[in-house]
Order: sequence, then C-alpha cells, then structure tokens
Amino acid sequence: MELDPLLLSRLQFAFVVAFHAIFPIFTIGLATYLALLNGLFFKTGNPAWKRLAEFWAKVFAVVFGMGVVSGIVMSFQFGTNWSNFSQASANFLGPMLSYEVITAFFLEAGFLGVLLFGRDKVPPGAHLFAALMVALGTFISSFWILSANSWMHTPQGTELIDGTFHVTSWWAAIFNPSFPYRLGHMLLASFITGGFVVAGVSAWYLLIGRDQLANRKALSMSLWLLLVLTPAQAVLGDFHGLNTLEHQPTKVAAMEGNWETQSGAPLLLFALPDRDIQGNHFEIAIPKMASLILTHSFDGEVPGLKEVPRDEQPPVWITFWSFRIMVALGFLMIAVAFYGLWLRRDERLYRHRVYLQTLRLMSITPFIAALAGWFVTETGRAPWLVYGVMTHAEGLTPSLTGGMALFTLIGYMAVYAVVFYAGVFYLTRVVRGGMLDNEREPDEQVERPMRPFSATHIPFDTERQGG
Amino acid sequence: MESFDLSLIWAVIIAFGIIMYVLMDGFDLGLGILFPFAPSEQDRDVMMNTVAPVWDGNETWLVLGGAGLLGAFPLVYSVLLPALYIGVFLMLTGLIFRGIAFEFRFKSHSRRWWSRAFAGGSMVATFAQGAVVGAYIQGFETEGMVYTGGAFDWLTPFSVLTGFGMMAGFALLGATWLILKTEGDLQAWAYRIAPKLLIGVLVVFGVVSLWTPFVDPSVWDRWFSNIQLIWILPVLALACAFLIYSGVKRHHDVLPFLATLGMFIFTYLGLLVSRWPYVVPPDYTLWDAASAPESQLFLLVGTVIVIPVILGYTGWSYWVFRGKVKPGEGYH
Ligand code: HDD
Ligand code: HEM
Ligand code: HEM
Repeated sequence: MELDPLLLSRLQFAFVVAFHAIFPIFTIGLATYLALLNGLFFKTGNPAWKRLAEFWAKVFAVVFGMGVVSGIVMSFQFGTNWSNFSQASANFLGPMLSYEVITAFFLEAGFLGVLLFGRDKVPPGAHLFAALMVALGTFISSFWILSANSWMHTPQGTELIDGTFHVTSWWAAIFNPSFPYRLGHMLLASFITGGFVVAGVSAWYLLIGRDQLANRKALSMSLWLLLVLTPAQAVLGDFHGLNTLEHQPTKVAAMEGNWETQSGAPLLLFALPDRDIQGNHFEIAIPKMASLILTHSFDGEVPGLKEVPRDEQPPVWITFWSFRIMVALGFLMIAVAFYGLWLRRDERLYRHRVYLQTLRLMSITPFIAALAGWFVTETGRAPWLVYGVMTHAEGLTPSLTGGMALFTLIGYMAVYAVVFYAGVFYLTRVVRGGMLDNEREPDEQVERPMRPFSATHIPFDTERQGG
Repeated sequence: MESFDLSLIWAVIIAFGIIMYVLMDGFDLGLGILFPFAPSEQDRDVMMNTVAPVWDGNETWLVLGGAGLLGAFPLVYSVLLPALYIGVFLMLTGLIFRGIAFEFRFKSHSRRWWSRAFAGGSMVATFAQGAVVGAYIQGFETEGMVYTGGAFDWLTPFSVLTGFGMMAGFALLGATWLILKTEGDLQAWAYRIAPKLLIGVLVVFGVVSLWTPFVDPSVWDRWFSNIQLIWILPVLALACAFLIYSGVKRHHDVLPFLATLGMFIFTYLGLLVSRWPYVVPPDYTLWDAASAPESQLFLLVGTVIVIPVILGYTGWSYWVFRGKVKPGEGYH
C-alpha cells in the first residue's frame, strides 16, 4: 500500500497542534487568574489570596512548561511538512510569527521567573508587575497566532502574485474578517477553562474538607465569573457562526449537515452525514430551526454542501459532530453555572455534595469543547489551507515521502505520550499535595532549581523505602 | 536600492540570533553531554543548578531563529526544513526530553531515568545541530526553489563528523562554564577535562577545514582567492584556543569560558564567510531568498525596538544569578 504523505502530514499536524493547544487554552486563563489573585493580595493583604496564588502558581508552572516544549515543535511544523505553503504565505505569516516571538514569548520567559520564584526577592509591587506581564504575554501571543490562523480562513489584505502572497494592507490582513470573533471566542474559551478548573479543584478540596476559607473564596469567585462568561460565549459563538456563514458558507453547511441549499432549513439534532450518498442517515430534526439560528428568520436560506463539487467538500461528519459536541457542552456549562447561582441561597453552594462532585467532573469539559471547536474550524476549511486559494495538497512539502511522514508521526505520538503521562501524573500530585502545607518543604532532599516546573516541590514519584 | 539594504540588515540580525542561540544554549547542552561523566550525583545536581535559571530564555532564541527565517528569508526556511526533515525531528525530540528531564529530575527520587533523558536528549540535539552545519556546507539539491533531494542526503560522513565536532565543542563550552560557575572537586574535574576536549575540538576543526574545500570547490576559491583579510578569522580562533589552554593552565576562572565563546564566534564568522552571500548553498543568495521588501520592513521596525529590550532583561537575569553555585544550593 502506498503511504500518503498528505494524509499523514494532516494527521501529524492535527495531532501536534491539538496537543499543544491543550496547554495554552489553560495557561491563558490561569495567567490572568494568577495576576488577579496577586493583585487582591497586594491590595487587601489577606493571606487566603496568597495561599491561593501560591498553589495555582505551582499548577501554572507545570502546564506552562509543557506548552513551551510542545510549542517549539509547532514553529518547525510549517517548514517541515508544509514548505510550499510556508514559502507562499511567508510574507504575511513570517512577520506574524516573528512578532509573536519577540513581543510575547520573550516577555513570558523574562517575567516567569520572578512570578514563580521572586516573591521574597523583589518588592511586592514588582512581583505583581511580573504576574501582569506574564498574563499580558499570553494575550499578545494569542493575538498574533490567531490573526495568522484567521487569515488562513478569511484571507484579506493580500494579493497572490506568481504563487506568492504579497501584503497589500497590513491592517486588512491582520484584522481580517474572522479574526475579532476568533480571538474573542478563544479568549473566552480560555477564561472558561480556567474558571471550571479552579471551580473543580476547589470543589474537590471542599469535599474533602481542606482549607475551607480559601477554597470557598475561589469557588465563589469562579462561579460568578462563569455565570457571565458561559452565556457570553454562546452569544459570541452565534455571531462567529454568522460571520462564517458570510465568508465560508461551505463550512456552515458542513456544521449543519445541510446538503441542499434551502430556505426554512431544519436543525439536525442527530444525523450521520455521508459524503458518498451526498446526504444523511437517521436524521432527527427540528423544522426551520437552522434557518432561524443562522438568518434570524424562519424562511432564511441556508447554503448546502452540494453548492461545491464533491472534492471541495470538507469531511462533513467530523465537522458536524465536533460542532454538536462543542455546543452541547457549552449549554451544559451554562446550566451548571446557573444552578450554582440557585444554590447560593443560604450558602448551600459549599455543602451540596452532588453539585460539588459535578463541578469536579466539569473541569475537563472546556478542554473537550475547545478542541472540538478547533476541529470544527479546521476540518470545515478542508480541502483549503488558505480558504479558496490554496489547498492542503498544494501546500505540502514536495520532497516529503509517506515513509518520512509516518516515521515522524509515530515518533511524535510516542514522545508526547511520555510527556503527557509525566505531566498529568505530576499535576495530580501537585493537586493532591496542594493547599495543605504550602509553607513546608515536603522533602528537604529535593532541590529546586529556578525553572518553571520547579516552583512545585513535590516529589515526582513515591519515595522508595530506605531510599 | 531599498530591498538590497533590508536583506543585508536582516542577514545580520538573523546571523546574530543564530550565534546567540549557539552560544547560550551551547553551554547548557554541553553540560548535558558531560552529565554521565560527572564525578558524583551531587555534582550533577550542581551542574543542573548552574544553568537552571537561564535555560528557558536560551531556547527562545531558537524559536526566534525559525520564525525570523520565515519572516525574512522564507526560502531558507522552506528548503532547509524539508531537507533536514529527519534531523529536525531528532533535534526536537532531543530538546523535548531534555526539557522535561530538567524539570522532573529534581522532583524524582529515582533520578537515573531523568538523568539519562537529560544526557541523551542533549547529545541527540547537539549532534543533529552539528550535522545541520555539515549539511549546510555541503549544500542542498533544489529545483525551482524547492528541495528535491532525499530524506537522508544530509547524513554523510562529513556531516557525521561535524555532528561529533559540535558535541566536542559544546562539551568544551560546558566544561569552561563549569570552571566559571563552580568550585571545589567539580571545578577541578572541569579543569582536568577541558584541555582534552580542546584537543578533540581542534582535531575536528582541522579535519573539517581540510575537508571542506573538497566538499565544495567554491569554498576553496573563497579562501584562496585574493581576499586575504579573511584569514584573520581562523587565526583569531586559534588565538582563542591558545587562551583557553593558558587560562586552564593558570587556573583562571573566567578566561577559558570567554575564550571558548570567542573561538565559537570566529569559527562561525569563518563559516559565514565561506558561503557568503549564499544562504541556500549552492544556488541561492540571500537576495534570492528574501521575502518581499514590505514584509522585511514591517518586521524590522518592531525588531529594532524590541530586541534591545529583550537583551536588557536577559542580561539582567544573568546578573541576578551571577557568582558560584555551591553544592546543595538551589535557587529559591
Ligand atoms: C491562542 C493561543 C495559542 C495558539 C492557537 C497557539 N499557541 Fe503556541 N503558545 C501560546 C498560545 C497559543 C502561549 C499561551 O503563549 C504559550 C503556551 C505556554 C507558553 O509557554 O506560551 C505558547 C507557547 C508556544 C511556543 C513556545 C514559546 C517559548 O519558547 O516560550 C511556541 C514556539 C509556540 N507556542 C508556537 C505556536 C505555533 C507555531 C502555533 C500554531 C500552530 C501555536 N503556537 C498555537
Ligand atoms: C490551537 C488550536 C488549534 C487546533 C486544535 C487545530 C486543529 C487542527 C486540526 C484538527 C486540523 C486538521 C484539519 C484537517 O486535516 O481536516 C488542522 C489543520 C491545520 N491547521 Fe490548525 N488548529 C489549531 C490552530 C492553528 C493555528 C493557530 C494555525 C496557524 C497559524 C493552524 C494551521 C493549520 C494548518 C496549516 C492546517 C493544515 C494541516 C492539516 O490539515 O492538518 N492551526 N488544525
Ligand atoms: C454554546 C454555544 C457555542 C456556539 C454557538 C459556538 C460557535 C462556534 C462556531 C460557529 C465556531 C466555528 C467558527 C468558524 O470556524 O468559522 C466555533 C469555534 C470554536 N469554539 Fe465555539 N461555540 C460555542 C461554545 C463554545 C465553548 C463552550 C467553547 C470552549 C470552552 C468553544 C470553543 C471554541 C473554539 C476553541 C473554537 C475554534 C476557534 C474559533 O474558530 O474561534 N465554543 N464556535
């Protein structure tokens, strides 16, 4: 069997970028939360804020470190597997990625040390400043990388001359039509992720009765936040979809599983889209709802997949189901946030065990929703790499063989499996050991060099007897 | 001509970024190479602690190198990375393992595996980087601005030699760094191995220098044409080698490290001179490889403002962690 370098490269890219994305999704929200906690401590001097800040700094250190390692891989992916695409779009993507490095990555790296280790070395104001700079770094980073990505979805401000994109307007290219929506949706996703993880961990600490005071504060704070953010995300998502309808109708058709262009299109709750028959199996639908959502009128016209030739249709079922997973989780999050408000009456919130358990389980859902969202966005763009201009196949590295791509795909999977296992294992330990005795070194033998992960000083593996 | 100037400025900036990376990550990769040979476990802890505070920032220069090439000389990015596909993969996995080992070794009670990951990762990454240099001297098979060679074209006896040469060179940087940053037994050990590593480096450099003209005749022409001034570079590199030697003999703590940095810089300049102005040898010059002038300009504006700031806080963090690192003393 001939190995297909295109398919393997797509799998590899999807794998490494999805693996990388897990970490920024979390760190962006958490960095802001840390800055907030440090700010509260700075202002009020209440030690509960300090305990929270120190605990979450440990978690942050681990996640951030994994984000850096996997991010370094990302910056070489474009060249190794998509060299034609890199060459063609370098005039725009090159400056975007370079600006990300010099304005964001160096900023994050520069102030991380002070944030994690400098509490006793620098004045409190300087420490707070470092926390703010790290948070700012994550925003700046999102700004550049999402602009670059959005441009691939809705290219503007550029002109294709002899197979190379030339920038005609930096403003139009950077602030391309889908960018504001994508940036907003992604940042909200990050805050929601941060909120649910903090809520989940605090809920768990409350369940086992650890550090009640600080954890009540943390839980209450994150639930207020989620009460605002989760509905906002749904509204913003709706606008995002309308914008996509305007610029990438085929993607919306795939999200809706809609094959024929029609007015009064139904909303599919369940279906198995099938490109071979150009239709769906087992549809369960609400009549006219899709038209209502997308055009805000019962008889609005919704584009169908058959508008484009078959080989320009995205892999419909992935787009379709990823979209449903994201939206369903989004509404679940709203429900959970509002139930929390209900429970606030007479402080039941902190004692309701079923609710606290639910929150614990909910902490994983934003990660799933965000990855599903990226799968909607990216598969819905297929077969285009730069929408309407350059396909995946055209962007591929010409010299790449199937064997090479398979080798590195398996290689990255193996390496990331180890990294992920080590990271999760260690994070679990941080959380287990958390909040309890923050001030004391659990093990005097264990040194702490000044590195991100080392803000945590919990032994990696269990102590061996007599060791 | 505007584009002419811009490309030249960018060539200088990228060259600067690359040498920053080589020097800064060089000594901490070198520590990883020396790791298995260190006298004791406690010494290994100290070795790691000497680079722990600065390691992170060092690697960001590599990311800058990649992104900067894409921004200013996309052809280099889009020919070299496909040509070095397997090598780049090896380098990245090496860096990943080394990175997480850095983090987890200190938390672990059975450190053996993390020590191995640290040493192995450093060695693989260094070897891959050295082989890249060799492959670069050899040049790349291209057609119409696209790489057309095979997956293993980069791996030749010559690039294997440069790979090992890089390992010896980084190990020397690591050893002289230890002389600078440590004391007692560990420093004594570093003083002992430095001359041996120096000999190894000089042998490889000698062989590479003699071999290079045969790998590509144009390099020969460059060195034996009428621009005699460039011979000052190898002469200065050798002078640095002598300074390393005498610094080690006189037990001078700072000199060997500085002289090793100097040796690297002059060798690097020599390499640049050999290939100038070709950035994708043997066919494309830096002007062929350049991105559009408006892109180079757009990026230049920000870079000129931000790089000095970055250098400022990098220098500051080295300043904060100046001085000897003692056993049992981690950074808090
Ligand atoms: C919306 C956010 C976002 C997205 C979509 C991406 N990243 Fe990322 N990346 C970050 C947000 C981020 C971050 C929050 O800034 C990280 C996470 C942890 C960290 O250290 O910084 C980061 C780290 C990080 C690093 C390491 C930085 C360092 O050395 O300190 C690199 C090289 C990249 N990323 C490159 C990429 C590339 C090439 C991507 C595109 C495919 C990408 N990232 C997607
Ligand atoms: C951070 C979250 C992201 C996730 C989870 C993600 C996920 C994915 C997935 C699943 C695909 C595969 C689509 C398919 O093959 O049908 C893909 C493709 C792609 N994405 Fe993203 N993406 C993310 C961000 C980005 C960014 C920021 C960029 C560029 C700046 C980017 C560039 C690409 C490219 C070039 C492809 C084509 C290769 C391929 O099809 O696999 N992605 N991405
Ligand atoms: C509840 C209702 C939601 C709606 C209506 C919605 C809508 C959308 C739409 C239409 C897209 C695709 C845009 C495009 O590619 O053109 C998208 C992408 C995405 N969604 Fe959602 N979303 C919702 C909830 C969520 C939640 C709860 C999260 C995560 C916590 C999330 C995270 C993402 C991410 C990360 C992307 C990919 C990046 C992007 O294109 O913005 N979404 N969403």
